[in-house]
Amino acid sequence: MDVLTLSRIQFGLTIGFHYLYPPLSIGLGVMLVIMEGLWLKTKNPLYHQMARFWTKAFALTFAIGVATGIVMEFEFGTNWATYSRFVGDVFGSALAAEGIFAFFLESGFLAVLLFGWDKVSRKVHFFSTCMVCLGAHFSAVWIVVANSWMQTPAGYHIVTHDGVARAEITNFWAMVFNPSSMDRLFHVLCGAWQTGAFLVVSVSAWYVLKKRHLDFARASLRVGLTVGLIASLLQLVSGDSSAREVAKYQPAKLAAFEGLYHTTNDAPLTLVGYVDEKDQKVVGLQWPGLLSFLVAHNTQATVTGLDAFAPDDRPPVEASFVFFHGMVGVGFTMIAIAMLGCFYSWRKVLFEKRWLLWILVFSVLGPQIANQLGWFAAEVGRQPWIVYGLMRTPEGLSKILTANVVLTSLILFTFIYFLLFSVFIYLLNDKIQHGPDEQDLIPSGKLTLPDELTRHEKS
Amino acid sequence: MNLDLNTIWFALVGVLFTGYAILDGFDLGIGALHLFTKDDTERRILINSIGPVWDGNEVWLVTGGGALFAAFPNVYATAFSGFYLALILLLVALIFRAVAIEFRSKRPEHWWRQMWDVSFSVGSVLSALLIGVALGNIACGVPVDANGEFAGTFLGLLKPYPLLVGITTVSLFMMHGAIYGVMKTEGGLHDKLRVWAMRCIIFFVICAVTLTMATLLYVPQMAARVKEYPWLFSIALANMLSIANIPREFHHKRDGFAFLSSCGAMLTLMALFAVDAYPYLIYSQPNPENSLTIYNAASSQKTLGIMLVIACIGIPVVLTYTVCIYWIFRGKVKMDRMSY
Repeated sequence: MDVLTLSRIQFGLTIGFHYLYPPLSIGLGVMLVIMEGLWLKTKNPLYHQMARFWTKAFALTFAIGVATGIVMEFEFGTNWATYSRFVGDVFGSALAAEGIFAFFLESGFLAVLLFGWDKVSRKVHFFSTCMVCLGAHFSAVWIVVANSWMQTPAGYHIVTHDGVARAEITNFWAMVFNPSSMDRLFHVLCGAWQTGAFLVVSVSAWYVLKKRHLDFARASLRVGLTVGLIASLLQLVSGDSSAREVAKYQPAKLAAFEGLYHTTNDAPLTLVGYVDEKDQKVVGLQWPGLLSFLVAHNTQATVTGLDAFAPDDRPPVEASFVFFHGMVGVGFTMIAIAMLGCFYSWRKVLFEKRWLLWILVFSVLGPQIANQLGWFAAEVGRQPWIVYGLMRTPEGLSKILTANVVLTSLILFTFIYFLLFSVFIYLLNDKIQHGPDEQDLIPSGKLTLPDELTRHEKS
Repeated sequence: MNLDLNTIWFALVGVLFTGYAILDGFDLGIGALHLFTKDDTERRILINSIGPVWDGNEVWLVTGGGALFAAFPNVYATAFSGFYLALILLLVALIFRAVAIEFRSKRPEHWWRQMWDVSFSVGSVLSALLIGVALGNIACGVPVDANGEFAGTFLGLLKPYPLLVGITTVSLFMMHGAIYGVMKTEGGLHDKLRVWAMRCIIFFVICAVTLTMATLLYVPQMAARVKEYPWLFSIALANMLSIANIPREFHHKRDGFAFLSSCGAMLTLMALFAVDAYPYLIYSQPNPENSLTIYNAASSQKTLGIMLVIACIGIPVVLTYTVCIYWIFRGKVKMDRMSY
């Protein structure tokens, strides 16, 4: 294989693996803020126990997220040096802002969140939890801004120095609020909230099924399902708005998502099916006019097909189609699961529906799969461009690499990530089997409130 | 020298990497010393002495890298693609070290803890060594072609002078970490660390003297500016005084001051490095005309200006809460059930 293919595989592998963790940090961060907030408000020690338990899972995901995240920052320079020279002026400021505003905030207050339970007051601890959560969200903001600039560049001009062209900023805010950044940020955040919520749901449902830690599990399940349902519904709104944005600014990508080869009005939406690349058509169950309706709120609206683009400018259709439809399918499944769960929970019969609890146990996979497929769709759909319309992916490669060197690093990363993933699953399972600590039902040290002391003395 | 945006960013990138050296330096040093004790509890105390802060310390590297990317994208691109294998090794070392801290105490089995202890220690030493070797190469210059691309090889980076800088960095971090450990521990481990710290100080002083002589003899361009502007010799003097002050304070058991002197030594070393390197970021050897400077490798003035605003808003806030967090975790390590 050549340097290009190996570098693409390596970037795909390292970003795909890395992206298992940040959504968990963001989503669990929100869950921790809610749990600790409920504890401060209701003074029910069950919420304290919940926050303590999930803090440990948070620490585990955070450590791997940080370790695999540095790889991403380095790889722009190691494998995609020409791209880095081209975008540095634009992309770099977003990355620097991410470091200064997000990473410091996140990792600084993480110290208090993890190790400060007995050292600071409840309010200071809660504040720290909020800051960690905020930092995690900020980190998503800047990296999504940078990636969105690669999808829909704005606020720049091309300048040539010594015969080498590069993009330079003309308007910082136009770069930050480029046409796709806010839609995509919201989409990414909804996905992250779902990821955190359904992890809590899954573990709690499993405890209920195994009749362990029942008070803890039932309360956690309710909190998780509520957040999960809200996030899943918001994701629907966000997906709809994202699709319209893609149709407007990256029509080739939308056409590839739907396998739409010919520009047409009354464009159909494929519910299930596959792309027949040879005959340039989609085989499957289609809803006529729905794509036109989603894109322009009018079933007769014209949707641009792939025929409007030179064959060299088209993304891989089959892959884009599969990733995109996979993501949408999982998204709708999550809404259905969350609605069923909330409905039965509201009717107070959820804990008797064992079949649904089993589905909830496996629901943790849904958002993770959708996150991965969504990013595959977004990045594959941008091809053949690394920066849409400005630079093709092969042009972004480092000029001095040899295939052997990249193959070495690829094998190394594959091995290490396989090891990390195994250990992560093993330790997470260990944590789940161990369950919440009973002693966390009695907050200690500075966390104790006077009335709790007396209550425990009475009991 | 003009105080333009390029120079300010040269200084700011320097500040970030100096912050990284001072803060993560003691983490890496603790890691390098980790295997010297065989006792499980003592190893746990060592890890927990850096437990709450190592994450934040590593962010200085991430942000330094980000700032380099943003301010001098051509340097970032040339150095990172040129030092490919060295950086991949650094990444592997940093990954193992980071997850080892988190994983190590999660299981009681001896083989498990031993495995992660070795990862933590080897990862720490390797990180320090590679950072030093990279710095050494920047100091003595690397081959760069007319297009600004690195024209050397991986083995070409492992010349004696950069390796000496690498070993000096390891000794510096070990000394720094040992003094930090003395401040954070009590009892038997504290006494052990006191002995190690003294040895590390001796190790470092030997390395530092050798490195200074090697620099004057073999890398004369790294001393040219001090010769040109004799007042800059005050930085070198401050550096020597800081280093000499470490064993003095340490001998009088004023560990806090010994640690501050160690920070001072790092600060002045980096400052010396910076004034001599300026305005070069990657000095091209043997073709100096291909060198990357703070002017030919920089982002546009507009970007440098925007980022200066970001830095002026962000850095004071970061420093404020970093100080608060260090204050919350001041004093000797106390193990509790949230500890690693």
